[in-house]
Amino acid sequence: MTLVTPRAERPLFEGADWEFSTIQRCHDAIEQVAIDELGLDVYPNQIEVIGTEQMLDAYSSIGMPLFYKHWSFGKHFARNEAMYRAGMQGLAYEIVINSNPCISYIMEENTATMQALVIAHAAFGHNHFFKNNYLFQQWTDANGILDYLEFARGYVMHCEERYGEAAVERLLDAAHALMNQAVHRYPRARTTDLRTEEKRQRERREHDERVFNDLWRTVPGKGNARTDPTAEERRRALLQLPQENILYFLEKTAPRLAPWQREILRIVRIIAQYFYPQSQTKVMNEGCATYVHYRIMNRLHERGLITDGSMVEFLRSHTNVVFQPTFDDPRYSGLNPYALGFAMMQDIERICTNPTEEDIHWFPAIAGNQDPMATLRDCWANYRDESFILQYLSPHLIRHFGLFHVVDDSNEPNLRVEAIHDERGYRKIKRALARQYDVSWNSPDIQVVDVNLAGDRKLILHHRALNRVLLDERDAKQVLQHLADLWGYDVLMKEIEPTTDAVLKEHAATPRGGIVPLETS
Amino acid sequence: MHIVDRRLNPSGKNLANRQRFMRRAKSMIRKAVHESSGSRSIRDADQGGEVVLPAQGVHEPSLHRAASGGIRDHLLPGNKEYVTGDTIPRPQGGQGGGGSEGSPDGEGQDDFRFALSQDEFVDLFLEDLELPDLAKRKVVDAEALSWSRAGYSVSGSPANLALNRTVRNSLSRRIALKRPKTAEIEALRAQIAALADTEDEADRVRLRELEEELTRKLRRTGVIPYIDPIDVRYKRFESHPKPVAQAVMFCLMDVSGSMTEHMKDLAKRFYILLYIFLKRRYKNVDVVFIRHTHQASEVDEDTFFHSPETGGTVVSTALEEMQRVVEERYSPDNWNIYAAQASDGDNTASDNDKTAALLVNEILPVCQYYAYLEVGRDSEHFPPGFIRRDSDLWQTYSTIIANGAPMAMRKVGHRRDIYPVFRELFARKTGAEATTA
Repeated sequence: MTLVTPRAERPLFEGADWEFSTIQRCHDAIEQVAIDELGLDVYPNQIEVIGTEQMLDAYSSIGMPLFYKHWSFGKHFARNEAMYRAGMQGLAYEIVINSNPCISYIMEENTATMQALVIAHAAFGHNHFFKNNYLFQQWTDANGILDYLEFARGYVMHCEERYGEAAVERLLDAAHALMNQAVHRYPRARTTDLRTEEKRQRERREHDERVFNDLWRTVPGKGNARTDPTAEERRRALLQLPQENILYFLEKTAPRLAPWQREILRIVRIIAQYFYPQSQTKVMNEGCATYVHYRIMNRLHERGLITDGSMVEFLRSHTNVVFQPTFDDPRYSGLNPYALGFAMMQDIERICTNPTEEDIHWFPAIAGNQDPMATLRDCWANYRDESFILQYLSPHLIRHFGLFHVVDDSNEPNLRVEAIHDERGYRKIKRALARQYDVSWNSPDIQVVDVNLAGDRKLILHHRALNRVLLDERDAKQVLQHLADLWGYDVLMKEIEPTTDAVLKEHAATPRGGIVPLETS
Repeated sequence: MHIVDRRLNPSGKNLANRQRFMRRAKSMIRKAVHESSGSRSIRDADQGGEVVLPAQGVHEPSLHRAASGGIRDHLLPGNKEYVTGDTIPRPQGGQGGGGSEGSPDGEGQDDFRFALSQDEFVDLFLEDLELPDLAKRKVVDAEALSWSRAGYSVSGSPANLALNRTVRNSLSRRIALKRPKTAEIEALRAQIAALADTEDEADRVRLRELEEELTRKLRRTGVIPYIDPIDVRYKRFESHPKPVAQAVMFCLMDVSGSMTEHMKDLAKRFYILLYIFLKRRYKNVDVVFIRHTHQASEVDEDTFFHSPETGGTVVSTALEEMQRVVEERYSPDNWNIYAAQASDGDNTASDNDKTAALLVNEILPVCQYYAYLEVGRDSEHFPPGFIRRDSDLWQTYSTIIANGAPMAMRKVGHRRDIYPVFRELFARKTGAEATTA
């Protein structure tokens, strides 16, 4: 850094104790670095100080400040509490909510240094990511989420009063089981309004008139044979089949659900959709926040705003967070998103400012552009984990982590090392790693394919078993039972080998009548 | 930016969810609670604490991929020796090269453990049970006085001043005696001040009237005090002699060689249940452990359950020992006495009559409740139709009960029977009449 840093006269705080004015001072100093130097663009911040029990509380309701009531949240609370009390699990220093204003929870037990770290991490790092990443912009409504949750809680409570807790609980159980299959993975075409509909219909007519030729009538046709498939096509089109958003499908088409039940399915579905981007941007989101807090804390230290002692405390915590054990380490439990994300961001900074020959070859667009922040802001805005890794995982980093790719084919007796961190392996590893973060690759592809509403109303689903990986049978049975209860008629799920369309396995379920009354026939 | 302090928000936000969870898992929790009673010592049995539920019971299913089968890719950090094309033998149990990916929902298949509070624990333990014959609640002397509020009095210490009541009295008195309010006097003064410099004759007259009125009112204020001694009230407390509900529980057990560990375990479980139950009803519960072979002695809990002893079996010695302890320390006037005897049923034949006599004449009259638990071997299976001969003690006690003595007896052969038997003995609405198994 050639910049001459003005030294502050006094650090922001000394020692571990803090009070509200300390937090305010930290926030202001951090804000200055974040906005002026890093060029971040954030929602206004709201920082809430909470205690242990409230943190456990937030844990159990997936981090949301208010939520409807359900036994499963009580279960998670009990579990986390037991783990915490037994000392098996520490609590997070913070939880941050993608809302406007952006709410960050900080724990009262944190030291002053940790509070500064948490503010830099959550209130600026995550906050910037929430506000700017395209997935969050596309899928979530930061302005409305708290109001919606308030509505959801009130609605569920109202239903409990009116229809009984047991009925609502059964419905929520079933809906929660299908929550993973309750997101629209691709933005769909907007539903057309009347005017465009009329316009399109007029265009179709005109097209028909243009191509009309009376001679076609005289061509001998097959008659009946053609009508059947079209009827089926029409039916599917009407029901928007195939449909991968199962809760949406049920909400719109399940024949015997009551209106309040449809509304609750909708609530569960909308909340699932709200969390959908988070699962796709774990590495980026955490990487962004970690990189931001690292830059900010270093800067504060350079300016003399935090003491050497605090800096050491921060570094200790930071290195714990970005620690990546190797695969043969007993502590290994997968790639640490903080470690990978942070390393990639730092690597991009290195490529931008001080590229090697290799970097110039691999990343001609950004190598040596001398503006790492602009490059990173662009990444944060326009990528998700999968595309980010595919684009920016550098050979340097692959070597640094010593990444290698092992293929486990259940038909083979042994595992095979497919690629390692060498010239031949870089691209393969990059592709394979990106795939691990691709939701459409690692969550099962399950679709509602057909239902004959005029006939026996049996609902047919397909699971296209990618790489012959079947569903977990016991869970699949239970979920299918829930689905049958919601649908009110028989349900059949076929697991299909995608290349050959061969049926690998079938699961079936018959409704028990817990949610919608059984048809008495 | 603003900072909100949420620490003062009402806690227990999750209580409703917890209750729902408890209700849902009730049968499982109940089972876990009963099982956990085996591993606790008698005295801390009702402390609440961790229970373990089978994970599957409160499982939330979701559609996810199975943990094995098909073609899987693993990307692992920290390569040291492998080169492309190497083969690695498939690791057993998921550890090592294959990577332990963890199950997709982030929760292992481990059992689900969580902590119950003491109240939750005991509630589940003792649902619907009631102590028979709770009548003997002795009122004992001095130290058991308790104070409770009993209205107001006109005298008392300043610390007990009933402020609300005093001010209320003063207010009504002031209204009744028409003591001028401060606001009225202020208003008068303001009027006088407004007219002070007037030249107008009519106004001067008015001014004089006002001044007179002011003097009158001020005098009245002086005469009628704001708070008069007759307004003052004190909170009154009254002492009540408090019924001291204290109980002593006698655990009698045969520890001769014929009692196996299994039998002792059964007995222990029964004692624990009884202890928790008594603890629930009485503030003080003492436990006295008396073990016997051909001679009996009072011992501590650890010795009672764990130290081996050999000798013959003479039940009456235990009863004599109990009688001695009662006379020495636990006068039936002040104590509710409960006794539970566990044995495999053996007794020296010549002792049966003595035992019966002791029981009927000495022990039962001072006891609130006497339970006899005959523990059997787990492995004791009898072919259908095979009638097992009743043990000596069983026969002896049956005759006592047949004569209408207030005691209960049961046979238990397996851990799982303990709790049902206990419930049967204490189930609500059953009278104190003795029953036979």
